[in-house]
Amino acid sequence: MKLVVNGQEREVDAPPDMPLLWVLRDVLGYTGTKFGCGMAQCGACTVHLDGKAVRACVTPVSAVGARAVTTIEGLSSDGSHPVQRAWAEVDVVQCGYCQPGQIMACAALLTANPKPTDADIDAALSGNLCRCGAYQRIRAAVHRAAELKGGA
Amino acid sequence: MRAISRRELLAASGTGLVIAFVIPGRAEAFLAGPPKKAKPLPEPNAFLRIGTDETVTVLLAHSEMGQGIWTTLPFLVAEELGCDPSKIRAEHAPAAPAYVHTGFGVQMTGGSTSTWSEYERYRTVGALARELLVRAAAEEWKTNVAKLRVENGYVINGTHRASFGQLAERARALPTPTKVTLKPPEKWTLLGKPIRRLDTPEKITGRAVFGIDVHFPGMRTALVARSPVFGGTLRSFDASEARKVAGVENVVQVPSGVAVIASNAWSARLGRQALRTDWDLGPFAGMDTEKMRAEALAQSLTDGAVALSKGNVETALGKSAKRLEADYEVPYLAHAPMEPLNATVKVEGDRCDVWLGTQFQTMDQQVVAQVMGLKPEQVNIHTTFLGGGFGRRATPTSDFAREAAEVAKAAKVPVKVMWTRDDDIRGGYYRPAYHHRIEAALDGKGHPVAWKHTVVGQSILAGTPFEPMMVKNGIDETSIEGIVDSPYLAKVAARKVTLHSPKRPIPVLWWRSVGNSHTAFAVESMVDELAHAAGKDPLAFRLELLKGSPRHAKVLQTAAEHAGWGRAPPPGHARGLALHESFGSIVAQVAEVSVEPEGDIRVHRVVCAVDCGQPINPLGIEAQIQGGIAFGLGAALHSKLTFAEGRVEQSNFHDYQVLRIDEMPTVDVHIVKSHAKMGGIGEPGTPPIAPAVGNAVFALTGTRLRTLPFRLT
Repeated sequence: MKLVVNGQEREVDAPPDMPLLWVLRDVLGYTGTKFGCGMAQCGACTVHLDGKAVRACVTPVSAVGARAVTTIEGLSSDGSHPVQRAWAEVDVVQCGYCQPGQIMACAALLTANPKPTDADIDAALSGNLCRCGAYQRIRAAVHRAAELKGGA
Repeated sequence: MRAISRRELLAASGTGLVIAFVIPGRAEAFLAGPPKKAKPLPEPNAFLRIGTDETVTVLLAHSEMGQGIWTTLPFLVAEELGCDPSKIRAEHAPAAPAYVHTGFGVQMTGGSTSTWSEYERYRTVGALARELLVRAAAEEWKTNVAKLRVENGYVINGTHRASFGQLAERARALPTPTKVTLKPPEKWTLLGKPIRRLDTPEKITGRAVFGIDVHFPGMRTALVARSPVFGGTLRSFDASEARKVAGVENVVQVPSGVAVIASNAWSARLGRQALRTDWDLGPFAGMDTEKMRAEALAQSLTDGAVALSKGNVETALGKSAKRLEADYEVPYLAHAPMEPLNATVKVEGDRCDVWLGTQFQTMDQQVVAQVMGLKPEQVNIHTTFLGGGFGRRATPTSDFAREAAEVAKAAKVPVKVMWTRDDDIRGGYYRPAYHHRIEAALDGKGHPVAWKHTVVGQSILAGTPFEPMMVKNGIDETSIEGIVDSPYLAKVAARKVTLHSPKRPIPVLWWRSVGNSHTAFAVESMVDELAHAAGKDPLAFRLELLKGSPRHAKVLQTAAEHAGWGRAPPPGHARGLALHESFGSIVAQVAEVSVEPEGDIRVHRVVCAVDCGQPINPLGIEAQIQGGIAFGLGAALHSKLTFAEGRVEQSNFHDYQVLRIDEMPTVDVHIVKSHAKMGGIGEPGTPPIAPAVGNAVFALTGTRLRTLPFRLT
């Protein structure tokens, strides 16, 4: 089957029930998307399908169809996406394992809601676990990303 | 001035200046005793490389697991070196004698020790390199070193300047100085100020390589089916269905179970599901949480091994004005780092390579060597980024490295052995459950006069290589740390602390803040109960007890002042406080809580004060305290492992709940100025949060919660 990943069309030889997560990681080599739970409980595998955040660990590759897949590697070529810039400014990361998922979830949130409140952020990101507990800076960075995206 | 007792200058082709040396030091202060004499350094052993391209690469003797050591150690070097901070790079060091912990004598990361244990060594590396570069410039310019200065990666003499990269080759040929002078903190230009992390660029772009991301041609992925009950043994297995799964290549028995080896993780998972196994579940199969709780309660009514005894506690309890008795309980907990455990092992001839996120390089190297029949130096440990550690990646048994080696050996292929989240939650190495029974008493003036404390819980050190050093007279000191050294107890005339360490087949381990994760809860809850029983303000009552402990008192007062203690909280809210010292740092927290109509506890704000001695990176300290609170708050509100018929009942984040962002309070961190000896910061934020919240809930509702996780309904 064919997949469009980060703007590139890729021919994929994988069983149709293989989750998109493992196709990305083990077949196509996009290891920025992380495995954390395998049942949509932690958000580490968050990617975009046509700009919307989905959990790649429970999305069979056959369900992707023609929708464009964007992974953390495709969010920007050099870390310059407003969300990534905000993350760096606020010094969010600790171990960093959950961060690709957090960043992808945040980018999708800002597309849908350019000026989220703390409550909006909590609602949108409560499915993205961070065991290091970087949550307070994640909140701050989402606000900062909204400013950067808005041209502040 | 400090003497450099051992140093070597090593040549390495094409990399410019390479410096490597080992300074034994501070060892006497540690439990493990002095490190073994360092052997001559194997090549290419080094702490610092200055490249002809001007990059300054610092090799890290500690693992980056979120705590920020990837940034701290290079900046210790940079402060003394005077390099351009934008040229700094970091790399995990290989496993080698040069990199053993300056206090523990093995290469490891843990115990909130990485910054203070390397404070001298890495600054000295920087100072030594700077001295060599200056001498090289002096030689080239035929001038006196006193006329030269260093600035931002250059050695400067009036209008002459030479970059570190230009000088590196010449510096390499010079004899090394035997003494260097380190800057006093007043002269720092980098340290002590907020330092942003060096690992951010790769971690926000997906480029950072964690163990689970390791991949090379020919590598297979394996999952292991393990006994559903700890202590169970495999009777037989039938792999015929598993082998039919597309992508499954082999199924092999290993000491820990049956490994399904496949071309990718998904196939390995499907293969393991199709595998049929028959287990002798062993004697623990009848065990459940309620039975273990009842056993612990019964044990808590009798004295255990005596850890501390001053005065006659029974007499003091008998004649006191007011007597309190309370039982505090905490459950088994998994670390649940976001990156599930994994290790990749490849053998070629008499060389073995292991890639993994580990806190325990020396053990992993020795254990893998033993499995493979190789010498430790034939095993190359490649430390990747750790997707969280919290203690789980520091197993004295090297459980996940050993298992990966066993699979690679049995299957004769390079293989990554991965754990799923279920494997992680059910796979052991837990923070043990503990039962604390405390009887305490007040005199007529409301001063505590007796404290009898019985602790019941598995020893995390029993049966490990640490047992001879850290278990004395039946006392695992990690089971009672934070009680016997509590500044409160020091002011109670009659006090006794005893310990029961029941033996169970459940693998147990240190979990962020170790024993303090439960002792702070018991001690600070009881102190609060005593304050209320005495009819005193909880802050005033504590400060009275802390009269001989000025550092503790100052930290507590700082948190209380910033929290507005004594002023009314918002309607429907209440505050609770807790103070605890661990890993050489003192932390006080004031939690402000409310209770939802359904009984859920909401923590709105935590004001925290910390005295960790000289701060190196305030930005990192704040992050560690916030994270430590989140870790402890998840356990205070949600996390719990229970057993039924010997099996762990939880399996993933839906039933093993940890803190999510919508429950994260606003945490204000205040660093108390201090000249005390430097302490740790990765763990001390965790212990006070559970008692601070419990004490706040009591202030709000009058209900005293003595069991974690808290339940009000």
